[in-house]
Amino acid sequence: MLKIRALVRPGLEPLDLDLPAGEAVALLGPSGSGKTLLLRAIADLDPNEGSLSLDGAARGAMSAPRWRRQVTYLAAEPGWWSARPADHFADPSAARALLPSLMLEPELLDRPLAELSTGERQRIALARALIQAPRVLLLDEPTSVLDRETTRAVEAVLRDRLESGAAAIFSTHDEGLADRLASRRLRMKNGRASLETGSASP
Amino acid sequence: MTATYIVLDWTDLALAATLILLNGALSIHLRLGVERQFLIAALRMCVQLGLMGLVLKTLFTLVSPILTGVAVLIMTAFAGREIMARQERRFQGFWAYGLGTGAVLFAGTLVMIFALATQIQADPWYHPRYAIPLLGMILGNTMTGIAVGMNSLTERVARDRNAIETMLALGETRAAAMGPLIKSAVRNGLIPIINGMSAAGIVSLPGMMTGQILSGVEPLEAIKYQILVMFLIAGGTGIGVVIAVHAAAARLSDARHRLRLDRLKLE
Repeated sequence: MLKIRALVRPGLEPLDLDLPAGEAVALLGPSGSGKTLLLRAIADLDPNEGSLSLDGAARGAMSAPRWRRQVTYLAAEPGWWSARPADHFADPSAARALLPSLMLEPELLDRPLAELSTGERQRIALARALIQAPRVLLLDEPTSVLDRETTRAVEAVLRDRLESGAAAIFSTHDEGLADRLASRRLRMKNGRASLETGSASP
Repeated sequence: MTATYIVLDWTDLALAATLILLNGALSIHLRLGVERQFLIAALRMCVQLGLMGLVLKTLFTLVSPILTGVAVLIMTAFAGREIMARQERRFQGFWAYGLGTGAVLFAGTLVMIFALATQIQADPWYHPRYAIPLLGMILGNTMTGIAVGMNSLTERVARDRNAIETMLALGETRAAAMGPLIKSAVRNGLIPIINGMSAAGIVSLPGMMTGQILSGVEPLEAIKYQILVMFLIAGGTGIGVVIAVHAAAARLSDARHRLRLDRLKLE
């Protein structure tokens, strides 16, 4: 579904990757090895070169906003432009319906952001991305600030998305999460990514 | 032409200069430590204005479109430098100077030519006696507006970087992601001139009008001129700020709707 050929940007070695529908790839490697740079480059958020396509449609042939609605990057530290979480959703009632699966109370959307915990904010940001139903999710440490129980809930939601035909690349330091969710691993070192196959299948 | 104003003698100026000496004496007596700066600033003012007087006198005698044009360009170049100097975050390379200067040049000359060609009807239209003072007043205010507007934009974009990038990552256009910041930057750039117009005549007696009254112009005539100049200043500031802020926003992003803070210099 997502096809990446010779993707380069400053700080990264050229990368080729094919990501079929339903598959998740775990992006592993120490901090500063280029995981965020890679995810941002795929989303076209920083200057980069390479030929990328989604279901045969070339990235360069579509507008960047259209690409990013389908290939959506979620930062490790999400940004907010209003003090009320609900303001970040085009359809807050749809968001409220999604929140329980992420172990969040729907009422959280009306509380001031500043009162929410980092973990709550991270999951609300995930809901904000999921609600647009992107084809490919580029998740930067999606569970880094979550406890075990909520990590499992997020995992279940992501697995659900994969089963209904989405694909994902997620960076993590959690080998267990990589085992459970990803069928392949992309290990980063000094901007160089190498594929490791095997491990548990989803 | 007979002078309708009281001509000043050099001795009059020397007498007024004793006030500077008085300030110096106060500074020494109260140990403020500003007597040197006071003296240097006063001397600088005399030399700069003296040179300006000579330049204007020459320009007025020659009435040359080329020399007037050169003077306009030099004044604009200084205004552009001042805009750059007031930026906390500057663009890389040419844009640090070029963006503000381009905006102030366009807005300033446009409004100046509009005034000269229609309301003032100078003969010839480029007569430096009208062109230079008008441009000077328009430039000074437009420059301030542009500097404030650009500074406000770069400061807030850097501060709200995460929010902007999140919107872009979710598939918003750069216009949608940066729109609110562009609006508030334009507003900030326009506030000085709005305040200036509101305070005119109550809090402040604008310098141009006062000068004309001192030189014997009827107060009502002087006020008409002042109102004209205020309108010109407001027009120049509005055009200049809108152009500069939008150009800066375009430079802070690119055609692929990415935020390009890398185009600002590192502090």
